[in-house]
Amino acid sequence: MTITEKILAEHARRTTVKPGENIWIDVDLLMTHDVCGPGTIGIFKKEFGQRAKVWNPQKVVIIPDHYIFTKDKHAKRNIDILREFAKEQSLPYFYDVGTSRYKGVCHVTLAEEGFTVPGSVLFGTDSHTCTAGAFGLFATGIGNTDAAFIMGTGRLWVKVPETMLFILEGSLPPYVMAKDFILRIIGDIGVDGATYRAMEFDGEGIASLNMEERMTLCNMVIEAGGKNGIIAPDDKTFSFLKARSDQPVELLKTDYNSQFIRTHIYRSKDLEPVVAQPYSPASIEAARQLGEVSLDQCYIGSCTGGKITDFIAAAKILKGKSVQVKTVIVPATTSVDKQLTEEKIDGRSLRDIFIDAGGEIGPPSCAACLGGPEDTFGRLNGREVCISTTNRNFPGRMGSRESKTYLASPLTVAASAITGKITDPREVMG
Amino acid sequence: MIQGKAYVLGDNVDTDQIIPAHHLVYDLDDPEERKLYGKYALSSVPSDVAGLPDGHIPFISEGADQSVFSIIVAGKNFGCGSSREHAPVALNMAGVKAVVANSYARIFYRNSIDGAYFVPYEWKIEGPKEIRTNNLIEIDEMRGELKNVTTGKVYKLGSLGEIADIIEAGGIFQYAKRMNMVK
Repeated sequence: MTITEKILAEHARRTTVKPGENIWIDVDLLMTHDVCGPGTIGIFKKEFGQRAKVWNPQKVVIIPDHYIFTKDKHAKRNIDILREFAKEQSLPYFYDVGTSRYKGVCHVTLAEEGFTVPGSVLFGTDSHTCTAGAFGLFATGIGNTDAAFIMGTGRLWVKVPETMLFILEGSLPPYVMAKDFILRIIGDIGVDGATYRAMEFDGEGIASLNMEERMTLCNMVIEAGGKNGIIAPDDKTFSFLKARSDQPVELLKTDYNSQFIRTHIYRSKDLEPVVAQPYSPASIEAARQLGEVSLDQCYIGSCTGGKITDFIAAAKILKGKSVQVKTVIVPATTSVDKQLTEEKIDGRSLRDIFIDAGGEIGPPSCAACLGGPEDTFGRLNGREVCISTTNRNFPGRMGSRESKTYLASPLTVAASAITGKITDPREVMG
Repeated sequence: MIQGKAYVLGDNVDTDQIIPAHHLVYDLDDPEERKLYGKYALSSVPSDVAGLPDGHIPFISEGADQSVFSIIVAGKNFGCGSSREHAPVALNMAGVKAVVANSYARIFYRNSIDGAYFVPYEWKIEGPKEIRTNNLIEIDEMRGELKNVTTGKVYKLGSLGEIADIIEAGGIFQYAKRMNMVK
């Protein structure tokens, strides 16, 4: 069996499962946030009763992150609903806005707080819940109704996915990031190339990636329609989690004789910086081919591209340079925000490097990755052309329907910031 | 039998097009606010591909919160992108009774079924290109057929398979009650 099949079998309390089977599984963790939490709570109360209790308060994690720094009164009400529910249910893991517990982007918070336990099953009311698969667990996004069902029962039905295997041979060159690799894959297999399937990543190239880069890979499997992304846990996984969790971890690996629906092999040295053009994450072109595209904004942030390693990459390029267009920097979480001050390159903090270059740093949240209310920091409100480290470039995704978003790695976005046009980072890396 | 006017869309219509993110703040449990999801359904579909083949046909008329179109005919990967259940809710509130697509994104498909918002059909073979927005459509669930009343042509729909039981029960909660999984 593959690692995905092994986890699902164990949680179905069976010895084996086969792709295509519908099974009921036990859930280890349910995550929700301010956009989908209130609707989930509404359905939970309607179906289980006004005084119903969640199946296990230790296993329901609520992380407000989407519409935080806005004057929108409806958005504020959503957070009030979460706050009231967390209190009523005595939920220990509620990261409330306006308190020292506030974190920011849920997928990065789950890892930082040690919730991403190898071998476990995580559902979240957000399509990018698949990010956590980087730690070797089964993690996928669901809607409010399914989340409400889990809240009351701790169980859900799933169809066992077939697994597509992606092997990366060799370490990535310094100008190529995990973002380039996953965009390349989406370009190759299409936005529905992995629908209903698990995408497993393996090979020495994957082993050489740090946990943040592995998270970027698994984060965007949903952009190929994938059900979950997964990477077998190794020493890097365990050392990341050791400081953050006392949960027992399981050393699961895919068997050599597993059945894969397809195997794709990539060589690191063949990869180069790429960009997804509007309006599809699969519309891939080499960054070096798009030098004529003038930009109005550069955006570095989100669950995909707002982790500390993303900012270290961007700062390497922006150090000692000036941005030519509006450059927006949004750390995913309060802890990443703190690290912007602590992490230094040649004695200069990342924060200072960004400010010196002319960047604008916003408070940690999902911010303009998905547009949001009109006063959202970094939102595209007109006909802007933006290059972004985020995950989607659908019509209107970052705000206005007339705006255009190109998706790229933090290196490519930073390189583009200092030229004002889409730029391959090799041109400025020296 | 499901009967209504067709609204035709292309491939990869994502949930940001179905319900743009800045609208995701209305209270789903408030009957009046819930109507706003219908009002803004499909409001971010680019105008030139809104109501194919001609385009430029708004799904919701100015000032309305329900659509005159109750059957959506779409290409592949309908509902891709975010997991927001507001998307099938928006179509439901706009009065959509069925979607017929070449294929669906997984989470949207699940949400549609488990929340019992409408029936997500697939074509038995790839969808016909000749259905136009405003054509009158009849879906015969028992026979698994779609008839374009305007042209008289009849097409086979794919089998709903194992999820037919959940649709028939009226969503995951009703299904689980029937199976004695929840009280």
